[in-house]
Amino acid sequence: MAEKFSFVVDGKSVAVEAEPAMPLLYALRSELGLTNPKFGCGKAQCGACTVHVDGAPMRSCVTPVSLIKGKRVTTLAGLGTAEKPHPLQQAYIDEGVPQCGFCLSGWLMTAAAFLRNNPKPTDAQIRQAMTGIKCRCGTHMAIMRAIKRAAQTLSA
Amino acid sequence: MNMNEISNIARRDFFKTTGALVISIALPGSIESALSQSPSGKPPLLPDELDSWIAILPNGNATAYFGKMDMGQGVDVAVQQIVAEELDLAFERVNVIMGDTALTCNQGGASGSTGLQMGGMALRNAAAEARRVLVERAAQKLGVAADQLRVENGVVMSGSQRITYSDLIGGQYFHHKLEWNKQYGNPLKVQGKATLKKPSEYKVVGKPFPQAVITEKVMGRQKFITDITVPGMVHARVVRPLNAGCALVAVDENSIKHIASARVVREQNFLAVVADKEWDAVRASEALKVKWSPQCNPFPPMATLHDYIRKASFTKKETPVNRGDVDEAFKTAAKTIVAEYEWPLQSHASMGPACAIADMNGDTPRLWTGSQKPHYGRSGCARITGIPLEKMRSTWVPGPGSYGRNEAGDCAADAALISKAIGKPVRLQYMRHDATAWDPKGPAGVYRGRAALDAAGNVAAYDFFAKGFTRQDVATTEADPKDTLAGQFTRFAPKGTLIFQIPAEAYTFENKRCGWETIPAMLERGSPLRTGHFRDPLGPETHFASESFIDEVAAAANADPVAFRLKYLTRERDVAVIKAAAQKANWKSNERGSRGKGNLMRGRGFAYTERNGTVVALVAEVEVERKTGRVWAKKFWCAHDCGQIINPGTILTVIEGNIVQAISRTLLEEVKFDQNQVLSVDWATYPILELADTPESIEIALIDRPEMSPQGAGEPSHRTVPAAIANAIFDATGIRMRKVPITPQRMREALARA
Ligand code: FES
Ligand code: FES
Repeated sequence: MAEKFSFVVDGKSVAVEAEPAMPLLYALRSELGLTNPKFGCGKAQCGACTVHVDGAPMRSCVTPVSLIKGKRVTTLAGLGTAEKPHPLQQAYIDEGVPQCGFCLSGWLMTAAAFLRNNPKPTDAQIRQAMTGIKCRCGTHMAIMRAIKRAAQTLSA
Repeated sequence: MNMNEISNIARRDFFKTTGALVISIALPGSIESALSQSPSGKPPLLPDELDSWIAILPNGNATAYFGKMDMGQGVDVAVQQIVAEELDLAFERVNVIMGDTALTCNQGGASGSTGLQMGGMALRNAAAEARRVLVERAAQKLGVAADQLRVENGVVMSGSQRITYSDLIGGQYFHHKLEWNKQYGNPLKVQGKATLKKPSEYKVVGKPFPQAVITEKVMGRQKFITDITVPGMVHARVVRPLNAGCALVAVDENSIKHIASARVVREQNFLAVVADKEWDAVRASEALKVKWSPQCNPFPPMATLHDYIRKASFTKKETPVNRGDVDEAFKTAAKTIVAEYEWPLQSHASMGPACAIADMNGDTPRLWTGSQKPHYGRSGCARITGIPLEKMRSTWVPGPGSYGRNEAGDCAADAALISKAIGKPVRLQYMRHDATAWDPKGPAGVYRGRAALDAAGNVAAYDFFAKGFTRQDVATTEADPKDTLAGQFTRFAPKGTLIFQIPAEAYTFENKRCGWETIPAMLERGSPLRTGHFRDPLGPETHFASESFIDEVAAAANADPVAFRLKYLTRERDVAVIKAAAQKANWKSNERGSRGKGNLMRGRGFAYTERNGTVVALVAEVEVERKTGRVWAKKFWCAHDCGQIINPGTILTVIEGNIVQAISRTLLEEVKFDQNQVLSVDWATYPILELADTPESIEIALIDRPEMSPQGAGEPSHRTVPAAIANAIFDATGIRMRKVPITPQRMREALARA
């Protein structure tokens, strides 16, 4: 049975009517038209659907919308603003990281939360923290550079 | 966002006076209105019309119509640079439109890294001709000889006299003919009477320019093919046979009755569900009860795949290189070296499963596709639906990176079939298993090297032989329904092209033979293991074997791998690239790796390859952990000569991407299957390289040859990687790993045997 779920996305209050088991990803993409989180696998294996829920990275493809009721969701589009991109976004732009760009939500949302808790990470910590996030185009080298660059900005 | 909004945005950007819109999804309306002052209307969209390539807008900015597209590697930026250069316009004043059948000529789509090598040349010639025509008009208007005029950022001048492109033609068509070689696709060539600029005159080409689209992507604003909607569309999912080769017997439509608006679409063995809401379509595809015909065991047990290939009869055989008398030379060899190498089936495993939107109804049936071949997708959809080609319009919208003929081509045909059947616009998105298990695969093969050394350690004979599945069970494009699953599941019989490959190198061995054989497909129709082009088709496969083997021969001859290669190479660019890589890595001929000693073993390996005029040499350094068998491809030094460099900024990240993806293919990737189905269905069953296993460093030396044309950089460095890694593993462990992927388990087993 469909129910109504209200929550906040990128600072705006929203409501969707859906089966409680429907993943948040479908609520964001198909019901609300917020398409920057992507469908990559639907199995919590790639990260392409990652958003923040009350500040913590979550794979929206396996998160039932019913669990989000009353919570604060942030997508990649809400991470920074055009005037003030998040330092990670700026670092991604400066390093020219993306090729196709389909993987970005996974890396940026996961790394943003990671850097908040680990402002001065070692290379090894960054590599470990990003376990399970995929990039098929192989932009890994540039990703490393960008995360390190952002860490410098953030801890400066 | 729906398509109307997209067209509005495009319209807005089209009229912007400054700033370039890098990716445009424009509708013809916007072009027509921008160029409305033209008295005699728009000439037909044919390659021999200058207006098919270049438009000068009312404000004097230019739009270039590129019939290939960028797959995230910045080809569009390079085209923008080329056009700006030849037109003498500022980079920012050129806008590139790509991949729309109503706006661009068919230049073959993204294909084999030909974006600049072939696609860019047409635009270069067209832009140069446009400038020539404009300067000639200016000469008439100003009463000055054309050769007395110079152009600066769209202003033609002589002394104090000046006239702008905007004054000369802004908003009007050229109505000017080009010479055209009457070909479409990759071979398309056009030419005017203009002389191209000399490299010494370049102001824009050869300089680094950022890809503006990167900001859009990073800020979460970029709309992908998965993100657009059209009014009235429904959502679809396909339902593939549970076991390969099985026919559809019965569908229980009641099994999805509980899902509002869900319904079945079926044509012969093609099966899909549609629903108004996307999640309902997903649920319906999972809930649908289907009866398929019994299992037919089309595949051999996976563990026997390479023996199966060895024993299979051949469908085609070629010996493209046969020099001297190889067999005779073997008879008197002082030493003979023989080795066999195996490469598995691999999946494109694109980051997102394919998506397409089709509306095969109304006056202008439309297709929106993320496939890299929108012009061919249009033909395929026209044929499978019976809609006349001329009526149909196909528009490319950026999708997840596709690296060749991935499942995006299948998705477009599926969507068209469903849309035609239900009379509505359809958005079809594949699920992960539809992509990993059902995309066309990179072919598996067995490669055998044989070499004869004389008493002095010289190569007396060299014999290389490759055998495997053709690289094209399905063609490189989806223009013919026989090459799509929708076609093969319905009424189109598959017909592949038999094509394989020998190594691309220039070793001057006196007696030299290189040949190949293809073998029959395991399952002819609708096979999840059908082969198709995947990133540098047969490049990593072939050169893993050939460059590993050269290393084995060098070792047998007690020669340094670099010196050994140089001894048999004479072409200046080959020699230069090898020396550059060796120098960059500080390669020392007398230095050896761990050679099997210790727990953390280190080693270095070398490889050199060519691809369509681009030469690459690579040094890899690996660490092999004895206990776990983990191979870390830790450092790379790459020397890269792709002729003229257009944008040195993007080239570096493109090469890095090539290397990283190739590491993944070498160390991890193998499509698993049993006798009836593909078992690699997601990232857990088809893992790719994680950040944790990313190299510590990749250093690149670019060799620029401004006097040459650009030779393509999108793929050549990919094929050099597997052998460089395998050769480094030998230096580290003393073991030759001749089977890809070199997984920790295989490495552990090999170390235990050693
Ligand atoms: S789509 Fe959610 S992790 Fe892959
Ligand atoms: S940039 Fe294409 S998947 Fe990461």
